[in-house]
Amino acid sequence: MEPKFEHLGELYRRMLTIRKFEEKTARMYAEGEIPGFVHLYVGEEAVAVGVCAALAQGDSITSTHRGHGHLIAKGGRLDLMMAELCGKRAGYCKGKGGSMHIADLDLGILGANGIVGGGLGIAIGAAYSARLRGTRQVSVAFFGDGASNEGLFHEALNMSSAWRLPVVFVCENNQFGVSTRIDRVTRESDLSKRALAYGLPAAVVDGNDVEAVERAGREAVARAREGLGPTLLVAKTFRHRGHFEGEVVSYWAEEELARWKANDPVARLSARLRREASFPDEVLLGWETEIDQRIREAVEFARRSPPPEPGEALEGLFSEERVRP
Amino acid sequence: MMITYMEAIRDAIREEMRAQPHLFLIGEDVGPYGGEMGLSKGLWEEFGDLRVRDAPISEAAIVGCALGAALTGCRAIAEIPFMDFIGVAMDQIFNQAAKVRYMFGGKAQIPFVIRTPMGGYQSAAAQHSQCLEAWFMHAPGIEVVLPSTPYDAKGLMKTALAANNPVLFIEHKKLYALKGEVPATEYAIPFGKADLKRPGRDVTVVATSYTVKMALDAARALASEGIEVEVVDPRTLVPLDEQAILDSVGRTGRLVVVHEAWRRAGAGAEIAALVAEKGFGSLKAPIQRVAAENVPIPFSPVLEKFVLPDARKIEEAVRRVMG
Repeated sequence: MEPKFEHLGELYRRMLTIRKFEEKTARMYAEGEIPGFVHLYVGEEAVAVGVCAALAQGDSITSTHRGHGHLIAKGGRLDLMMAELCGKRAGYCKGKGGSMHIADLDLGILGANGIVGGGLGIAIGAAYSARLRGTRQVSVAFFGDGASNEGLFHEALNMSSAWRLPVVFVCENNQFGVSTRIDRVTRESDLSKRALAYGLPAAVVDGNDVEAVERAGREAVARAREGLGPTLLVAKTFRHRGHFEGEVVSYWAEEELARWKANDPVARLSARLRREASFPDEVLLGWETEIDQRIREAVEFARRSPPPEPGEALEGLFSEERVRP
Repeated sequence: MMITYMEAIRDAIREEMRAQPHLFLIGEDVGPYGGEMGLSKGLWEEFGDLRVRDAPISEAAIVGCALGAALTGCRAIAEIPFMDFIGVAMDQIFNQAAKVRYMFGGKAQIPFVIRTPMGGYQSAAAQHSQCLEAWFMHAPGIEVVLPSTPYDAKGLMKTALAANNPVLFIEHKKLYALKGEVPATEYAIPFGKADLKRPGRDVTVVATSYTVKMALDAARALASEGIEVEVVDPRTLVPLDEQAILDSVGRTGRLVVVHEAWRRAGAGAEIAALVAEKGFGSLKAPIQRVAAENVPIPFSPVLEKFVLPDARKIEEAVRRVMG
């Protein structure tokens, strides 16, 4: 087996893990097992997996309200994620965060974020920190097309470019901010052009092609690591589900969704693996079984975990740690 | 040694920057210019660009950048040159800095101070005079500090720069030149510990920041009429030293709360509610508040004087509670 195909196989397993995690989440949400609301990443898996494949363990990411894919791609634990989605004490955030606030600081996951564009400041700060501490770490900010119209997007691009901070801005252009198509709220819908104004390079990639995303990601990450500054990557993609689970989607035509589904990043990669790498079906099926098993275990872990005690709501606000007594 | 309030804060920052190699200051004009108020003068020369960072006029990105660095192994001080501008960065403070530790299940350490000067009395009008501490008392997750003397300013900044929580350190423009005794030796003042600025048996006046000085002026004037005023300075509003306030009201039976911020839903409302809930039995008169009128701070000196508290208004409030 060529190493290239082994690597693609690994990317496929990560993408499939996200897909299956999200599909399970959708079912559990529909059955009332997951409270609140969830925003699923189905259809966009190639972006998170492609970019995170370009990162090292010590690099960091900031994520969004649609964050499960980023967390899994950066190595987040399925069991702790699922327990958190279910509001359990054993979850990543002890039941205090839920879907939109999962973080794993040890893995460089600086949080999903419930505020559109809210993580961009944290991402440039992580890059500043790498500079100040003299490491070669890189940080990545994931955000959507909607966030590109937030003020912080422009502030962060400008500031990080001025100081050549080691950060990569990854705009997942799924073309909708909730129900509003991007071209209804901005004159120039090629969002990569915004980088020009701030003097940083940009690239537009097919967000459903994990290899293309990874290639562009590696280039941007290498540039950041070399001290050459930030890059804006715009990955064009589409979500297969509503903005949130339970939403009745009224803002796109069935045919448009069908076109994107025909270009499903997971199916595309699986076809390529079968066709070009001649992975036998049983290998792919074996992976699928393994992933199903991991997700089953995560769900069982979440179900077994007790809910928090009500009084735990009052814990965890302030740190008692100080650098000196 | 006698130093100013501004020097006291600068000294605390300089000492901690020498002790903590990953502590940095970021803000507009904080570098060679020395800060809009002059507070960071000399720091850029000693610590350089990376640790005393001139930022673009992007308050949200300044706070966000400081927060992200604080989450990843640095300690950060973000300067907002006038407290009025803090609204531009509000999401990064309210929804990010104040909440990440709790949302993440109590796991993050956030060694992060936002420094900002507040206050009026200089005809700076509605967008350069405000006192907005109540906004931040309202959002759990930020410690709110308002020093009123050079001694308190240095000791509280030392604690802020040792804590691993977001701290809003609110300075007062009219206090920067105030001189006071500050020990040459190392010290720190814990948060949540009020200071009795003047003892007195008749009335408790709780005051913060610049109004502490007014309360002391009023107390001196009232002493000549035989009214002994006790002045309590909480020094930090979050955490609030509730016991010190209740103890004082327990002794005097009368309470006047003073602040420069607006009366409506100001810190005084919280302090009055605290005493109403837990110290009602010791009250001999209704609680009085001395605070700004509920209008934007006007420009003309005559109008500003009418709107903001002063020693005379405090004296009148004390006489009212004395019956």
